[in-house]
Amino acid sequence: MKTGHYALPRLSFRFIPIWRRHFLVWKKVAATSIIGHLADPIIYLLGLGYGLGSLLPELGGTSYMVFLAAGTVCYGTMNSASFEALYSGFSRMHEQRTWDAILNTPVTLDDVVLAEILWAASKSLLSGAAVLLVIWLLGLSHSPLTLWLIPLALLVGLCFAAIGLIMTALAPSYDFFMYYFTLVITPMMLLCGVFFPVTQLPPVWQTVSAVLPLTHAVDIARPLMNGTLPPGVLLHAGVLFGYAVAGFYVSMVLFRRRLSQ
Amino acid sequence: MTAVLSAQNLYKSYAGQAVVNNVSLAINRGECFGLLGPNGAGKTTTLRLLLGLIAPDSGELSLLGRAVPQHAREARLRVGVVPQIDNLDPDFSVAENLMVYGRYFGMHDAEIEARIPALLDFANLAHKRDVKIPTLSGGMKRRLTLARALVNDPDVIFLDEPTTGLDPQARHLIWQRLRELAAQGKTLLLTTHFMDEAERLCHRLAILDQGRMIAQDSPRALIAQHIEPQVVEVFGEGVALWAQDHAAHYAKRFEVTGETAFCYVDDAQPLLAHLQGHGGLRYLYRPANLEDVFLKLTGRELRE
Repeated sequence: MKTGHYALPRLSFRFIPIWRRHFLVWKKVAATSIIGHLADPIIYLLGLGYGLGSLLPELGGTSYMVFLAAGTVCYGTMNSASFEALYSGFSRMHEQRTWDAILNTPVTLDDVVLAEILWAASKSLLSGAAVLLVIWLLGLSHSPLTLWLIPLALLVGLCFAAIGLIMTALAPSYDFFMYYFTLVITPMMLLCGVFFPVTQLPPVWQTVSAVLPLTHAVDIARPLMNGTLPPGVLLHAGVLFGYAVAGFYVSMVLFRRRLSQ
Repeated sequence: MTAVLSAQNLYKSYAGQAVVNNVSLAINRGECFGLLGPNGAGKTTTLRLLLGLIAPDSGELSLLGRAVPQHAREARLRVGVVPQIDNLDPDFSVAENLMVYGRYFGMHDAEIEARIPALLDFANLAHKRDVKIPTLSGGMKRRLTLARALVNDPDVIFLDEPTTGLDPQARHLIWQRLRELAAQGKTLLLTTHFMDEAERLCHRLAILDQGRMIAQDSPRALIAQHIEPQVVEVFGEGVALWAQDHAAHYAKRFEVTGETAFCYVDDAQPLLAHLQGHGGLRYLYRPANLEDVFLKLTGRELRE
């Protein structure tokens, strides 16, 4: 590996036309995409919320449905960014060679990767907004603090887009992503307090949970749903931001290596 | 004349294997320069180095007065690229592809919009403006890729095998367009392994083999320098035996490949007279061309 691969990413506004390109593609399927973003949380909340909720009438002072809604915001935004960064990102880099086309212009790989992260985070923002709308429509929360779920969705999106791009940079084919979803995303969903409190886990798994980014997202989202300010919000946001920055840097190094071949 | 593109002692290796080995070239404004070579000769890697997409292990590069790869981004503002593998945006229409691509150059939408009709006319795609990419033929996609490379009105255009996979009609149209661009004073750098393409289009060309530049000159000069002026291709049953007995007598140089004997001669008349009296063998008499030079310099064995 060359030393140049380890240089810090150089940020510029040249990511904007690339982000606009991704947006224009999305606009063509916007209706389907928005329906999907709305249907997914509705199905989860109504299915699990009513089903499990009838067995667990109260959890941490709220109904199970409200408890689950906070988890769903985080889990949904994580999934949106992950799918975009892995499958769509790989398609743009490898299958359609969109990156190759862009890199022949006065745009650098740093701009392309930044645009990928910001675009995937934009999809998370959309997903988070859709879940929030469902929360309001189902009357699960009336607190104006729930508006903070929107910037949270963006932050969770940045975090999981950046981590996901590491996988994209390493992937030989789409099949590779199954490992990531099976070994990273699914355990994350189960260990981070989306469906049940982390305190239900054995102590050793609670320790693991404490370093996973989704836990910190859930720790911000759940108090917001209940109308209280999340304790330690800066720490939680800092962890998510830290994962985003580290993921951006590592994926950048790996993309430089991959595309210099 | 000023060189718009120059490379000195360019060297690039992958895993200890030299892919571009001590290549030097200088291309002048308004010139159409060809890079020829068998598969794996290092043509595409050379283009990627010249564009600053990869860094050389050693050597000096300059493109439009800028050091590459250090200032490649600024240089690429004035460069257009037609890649070997199609990478048009399949989700977009023909016109949207041009619009989105122009934005990468920092152009304003109104400025791009104003250029689109002329670009579509140039590519004979005015009637396909709002059509999606997957419905276009291979030739149309290539022409759109060429139009896309012109969206920023570049001074230098890189073309990596611009006509590979096209039918003869589509190739001729591309050639015509490339000649028009050269006539406008654009500098063209193209790779190809079609010798007729190189001979027709290029003012000068370089032949690469295993990363080394083994010849560089105008097509005519290369033919005059490396090959006897006349070629008689003799083929048919028993050609090997015939060549063994007679070829050396009539030809300065000959090669037998499969069923064909290539005889290189200064004066073909004695050989033709001999062949007319020799039933069973057929022949083709033609002037020497670039392919003869290419095969002489790079050999006839397959490169895979």
